[in-house]
Amino acid sequence: MKLIPLAPAIILIGIFLAGPIIWSFYGSFTNAALTGPNAKNPEWIGLENYTTLFADPLFPQSLLLTVVFVLVSAVIGQNFLGLGLALLMQRAHKAVAAVVGVCVVAAWVLPEIVAAFVAYAFFFRDGTLNQITGFAGLPAVDWLFEHPMLAIILANIWRGTAFSMMVYQAALNDVPKEITEAAEIDGAGGAKTLVFVTVPMIRRSIATNLMLITLQTLAVFTLIYVMTAGGPTNRSTTLPIMAYEEAFRYSDIGYGTAIAVVMLIIGAAFSLAYIRLLRERKPS
Amino acid sequence: MRGASRTLPAAAVAALLVLSGCAGGGGEEEATDNTLRIIYQKAGEASPLDTLMQTTKEQFEAANEGVTVELEPVEGTDEDYNTRLALSQRSPDTAPDVFYEDTFRLRSDVEAGYLLNLDEHLAGWDEWDAFNERAKEAGKADDGGTYAVPLGTDTRVIWYNKQVLQDAGIEVPWQPESWDDLLEMARTVKEAQPDSRPFSMYAGTGTGEGTVMQSFYELLYGTESGGLYDDESSKWIAGSQGFVDSLAFLKTLYDEEFAVTPAEALDPNVWQVVLGTMLPENQMAATVEGSYAPSFWQEGGMFEWPEYADVMGVAPFPTQNGQEPGATSMSGGWTLAVGAGTENPDLAFEFLTTAMSQENLLQYTVDSSQIAVRTDIAEAPEYLDANPFVADVSAVLDVTNYRPATSNYAEISTAVQEATEAVITGGATPEEAAATYDEALTAIVGEENVVEE
Repeated sequence: MKLIPLAPAIILIGIFLAGPIIWSFYGSFTNAALTGPNAKNPEWIGLENYTTLFADPLFPQSLLLTVVFVLVSAVIGQNFLGLGLALLMQRAHKAVAAVVGVCVVAAWVLPEIVAAFVAYAFFFRDGTLNQITGFAGLPAVDWLFEHPMLAIILANIWRGTAFSMMVYQAALNDVPKEITEAAEIDGAGGAKTLVFVTVPMIRRSIATNLMLITLQTLAVFTLIYVMTAGGPTNRSTTLPIMAYEEAFRYSDIGYGTAIAVVMLIIGAAFSLAYIRLLRERKPS
Repeated sequence: MRGASRTLPAAAVAALLVLSGCAGGGGEEEATDNTLRIIYQKAGEASPLDTLMQTTKEQFEAANEGVTVELEPVEGTDEDYNTRLALSQRSPDTAPDVFYEDTFRLRSDVEAGYLLNLDEHLAGWDEWDAFNERAKEAGKADDGGTYAVPLGTDTRVIWYNKQVLQDAGIEVPWQPESWDDLLEMARTVKEAQPDSRPFSMYAGTGTGEGTVMQSFYELLYGTESGGLYDDESSKWIAGSQGFVDSLAFLKTLYDEEFAVTPAEALDPNVWQVVLGTMLPENQMAATVEGSYAPSFWQEGGMFEWPEYADVMGVAPFPTQNGQEPGATSMSGGWTLAVGAGTENPDLAFEFLTTAMSQENLLQYTVDSSQIAVRTDIAEAPEYLDANPFVADVSAVLDVTNYRPATSNYAEISTAVQEATEAVITGGATPEEAAATYDEALTAIVGEENVVEE
């Protein structure tokens, strides 16, 4: 009986959340295609998409690039930069904090496609970055061509740091002043207070933030597609790009969904790890 | 229980975020009985196809009272357009009644059941006889039925800047007889004008189908090995020496800086720089481009250049060593087709024939610098005088080739593009890149469909 008021919500979640996931699982076991005979009569082909995927030389490379992209741009970049900014802004003059806040949040507020074009214009061979380094007398570097991963990682840090910053600002506001002051009176320096007092107190926010930015970054598509389209020679092809190419460029929907399922599993694995992290350290 | 209650929403969030990254598309309203939905590509502000569709809509609505035509232009590259069209066709609710269809996707889309067989309708249309045989062939599928009516066709030739050639002491009109002649011209121009790009050909995945149609195939189809596919045995060709030679030729162009830089080549918009800047500003001597190139330079085009008719010249692309037939080219073209699920096949076909009337199609053929497919257009003075190159680019039809239009062609084409990319970026030698292609090819079509040369 208790479930009756929940029924509409459960049905909606079932249709809009579980539905697509179940369809992806199902689709990944078929040879569904956008065109050709398989578009009309898709057949059940069992694990064939997965065996092809694991034999595809591009797959381990994409997997590695995806993990590097997530770890460097989200877990390290956005997370630490966001925390650092939040800590600094606590102490900064109000005006400074406001200006910095607006600058950082601007990248987050931009629609993804706009942010992607801005980043493209920045790293482009005749773009802003090379013009600035040109003034300093440095040789121009074709970032998107020579260092595609570095370019998309920096772009994603730029775009996503605001989210971590805001999460940590909110979390730090909840840390009672008395406790940090007490720590200082006990002789703890700034770094010690941070590691032993502040971080443990905002641990839950850290775990939640890590989970959200990891999953967001795992799914980043537009930014990479606009900046490098996965190239050159697949050197920035992460799993979302690979899935898109297979499904929509080569019209192989079944194979594309198999890659999406693998991403889903990676995402679930990351979330489980974070949840464990959250639970284990909890005082019993 | 506590663990589960927290894990479940977390996993759901994970799934949602991941999926939102790859989901796409949207719904469209359902077509009612008296509405025709037309999907076509609109490239840039001045789009001859858009003009054709607007005109046809006006004429058609005036002739058929109570019928509404909904035009749905799709802005984007050919590849994006094909994807968008295929997604619409997947559901009967979103499938268009009439649409713009690339000839190389035709057979595969017929196999998918997206296109209506037009044989009966065509039998009752007296103007069908005005289309030439080659054009009629372009609309046929494997079952022998006709599923689409071609709007025009095209060829690929070398476009060269006479000014740059003459400045380097090369006589015009210039007609290379072999690949060596091409390199000789490039060396001469490079010496006279060291910062120029004497001979550029597309390469890499950035330019997509352009890389193969306007570059690699001109090389490959002019070698002793021939093309990608052996028509006699109906098998794909692996281990081809011609493939290696073609890659080696591209490598020379990029290594000796005859072409654009590799980084520029990988930019999907490089063709705009070539046609819009490098050729008009005398920075480039020659490139391989479609017969439709004048549509960008003529009045109202994307890169208006009034002097192009005097400055530019065309030459057929030579075979490797000048062997028979002496030159080679590639042809494609676009068609109009009717959706298999249309509720109004007769109205849809009538819309198609309105667009294909002599008057409408003539205007389109001239605006978009297509090669005429109707004999009554091919003879029209407006067509023959549209630009000075009509006769030259049409003559190449005698030696032209068509892509093997199978359902896995797109994937094979990408494997070829990747081979060119590996070579020009220094990622692989021509032999290595060709070997990688052979492996990819075998994986795509299966060992039983590959023939070793």
